[in-house]
Amino acid sequence: MTEEGLFRAALRSRNLVVGNLLAAAFAIGALLSFFWTPYDVTELAIATRLQAPSGVHWFGTDHFGRDILSMIMVGAQTSIAVAIVAVGIGMGIGVPLGLAAAARRGSLLDETIMRGNDLVFAFPSLLIAIMITTVFGPSALNAIIAIGIFNIPVFARLTRGAALPLWTRDYILSARVSGKGPVRISVEHILPNVTNLLIVQGTIQFSLGILAEAALSYVGLGVQPPTPSWGRMLADSQTLIAIAPHMAMFPGFAILLTVLGLNLAGDGLRDLLDPRIRNAQP
Amino acid sequence: MLRYTVKRLGSLLASLVVASLVIFACIEVVPGDPASFMLGINAQPDTVAALREELGLNRAPHERYIAWVSGLVTGDFGTSYTYRSPVSEIVVERLAISLPLAIYALSLTILVAFPVGILAATRRGSLTDISVMATTQLGVAIPNFWFALLMVLVFAVNLRWFSAGGFPGWDEGFLAAVKALTLPAIALALPQASILARVMRSSLLDTLSEDYIRTARAKGLTARQALRRHALRNALIPVLTIIGLQFSFLLAGAIIIENVFFLPGLGRLVFQAISQRDLIVVESVVMLLVFAVIIVNFLVDLAYAWVDPRLRSRT
Repeated sequence: MTEEGLFRAALRSRNLVVGNLLAAAFAIGALLSFFWTPYDVTELAIATRLQAPSGVHWFGTDHFGRDILSMIMVGAQTSIAVAIVAVGIGMGIGVPLGLAAAARRGSLLDETIMRGNDLVFAFPSLLIAIMITTVFGPSALNAIIAIGIFNIPVFARLTRGAALPLWTRDYILSARVSGKGPVRISVEHILPNVTNLLIVQGTIQFSLGILAEAALSYVGLGVQPPTPSWGRMLADSQTLIAIAPHMAMFPGFAILLTVLGLNLAGDGLRDLLDPRIRNAQP
Repeated sequence: MLRYTVKRLGSLLASLVVASLVIFACIEVVPGDPASFMLGINAQPDTVAALREELGLNRAPHERYIAWVSGLVTGDFGTSYTYRSPVSEIVVERLAISLPLAIYALSLTILVAFPVGILAATRRGSLTDISVMATTQLGVAIPNFWFALLMVLVFAVNLRWFSAGGFPGWDEGFLAAVKALTLPAIALALPQASILARVMRSSLLDTLSEDYIRTARAKGLTARQALRRHALRNALIPVLTIIGLQFSFLLAGAIIIENVFFLPGLGRLVFQAISQRDLIVVESVVMLLVFAVIIVNFLVDLAYAWVDPRLRSRT
């Protein structure tokens, strides 16, 4: 498909358009919050606490009188940053491992990498994330590391699985004949051919990362106050849910819509980049 | 099959050993040492020294590791520092909530996902199919603890059909206990049911397009008969694997959900132990949960190989 054709197909994919729009809305909110938010999120205004949504505070205020819309904008920074770095860790370590395992198929290295992956997979991820934050203390950094570790086997498996059949192709054989080593072949010929798959999986892991970050900060093991985070806001809303239900609504919808947007974008991308799936699943 | 089982058993043991080493190492690298970590920074030096003695921290790490593991094997999980009672007793007490909750949630997941997935697959492209796909897309994206909060708002605060949390205990009658577990089970089941319905649908769509289904139809079976006799059974293989995997998500999810509903289960125990810095409880309960997940995955692998003989030769 030509670049222009690909772009047209992308516009026709409803999943991709809606998903990207949703994800973009939150990304823009997060970027905007670096420069401007309707109100200062560190400023407490007890006089105007627990106000329902109105023209002054679109999403209402929380138990400290902070503007919920502003907090959601700043909270988006946290969610996105944690998820991006966690996916980065997963890709940065997982992809080279997967490439190496595929290049040395059946060797001790391959066996070690894959068994190590199985092991990380067997752990209930959230449990280990909790364990890490217990030992090293709750913080954004530890949440990132905890979520990131569990992205490693996902990318390693995916890369290995996609790379294995490529190694039997003729163009790899000719690259070997021309004297290229396994590292160079992996980087120059294998990696470009698995990039599409990695992007699709990256989108999915990104949305899982946002959910995981929300869950961790909900139980108080993620980003610490006063930094706003969506999970933390939901935790704060819990005891006040009978008198201020709006406190629980908006952060929840923020998580739901971001994750939904990313999932739709992932589905759309997969359909777009993999014609086999596009034809198999009308 | 025997060779496969022995081989899988070997990797099961290896996983358990490595898992225990990782968990042990995590506790080892606690800033300072476990005794001062548990007592906090304001503790008197002699209190810390007494706890060090009690925990056996004066022994070499490998001795402590062996003592811990042999304790686990014989059912001696140590004594909780905050509860002052054997961890194994507390765990059994908490399991009386967490295990029924997990079974309840898994049953709901299957009861919802199977019919919904089959319905969507057999009416592919219809309005039913489209609404199933849209609903499950939402079910996957919704954070389950938020869904739990919304249910509390609707069914406990507004309608007053359920209590907002807590557990009356099994002594208060079976129905009261099940009622207390209903909202948590629904919250746990929602994302899992959405995933499972999608897997059921796509797996059934795959088998429905197989040649043997066409043959079955050609020899005179109705669509319903072909579905029941041939397609469903074959479509179940990937579905069963996912159900096995979901068990670990249910365990981990329970940590969060039990906190939403203040259910005194294993998840809440882990969480409370973390905030009380009761490392003995954390260490043993985490190991127990990991053990459960590894065993379930092992059983799923065996069941899978039993159903599909091709898998036995592959590994």
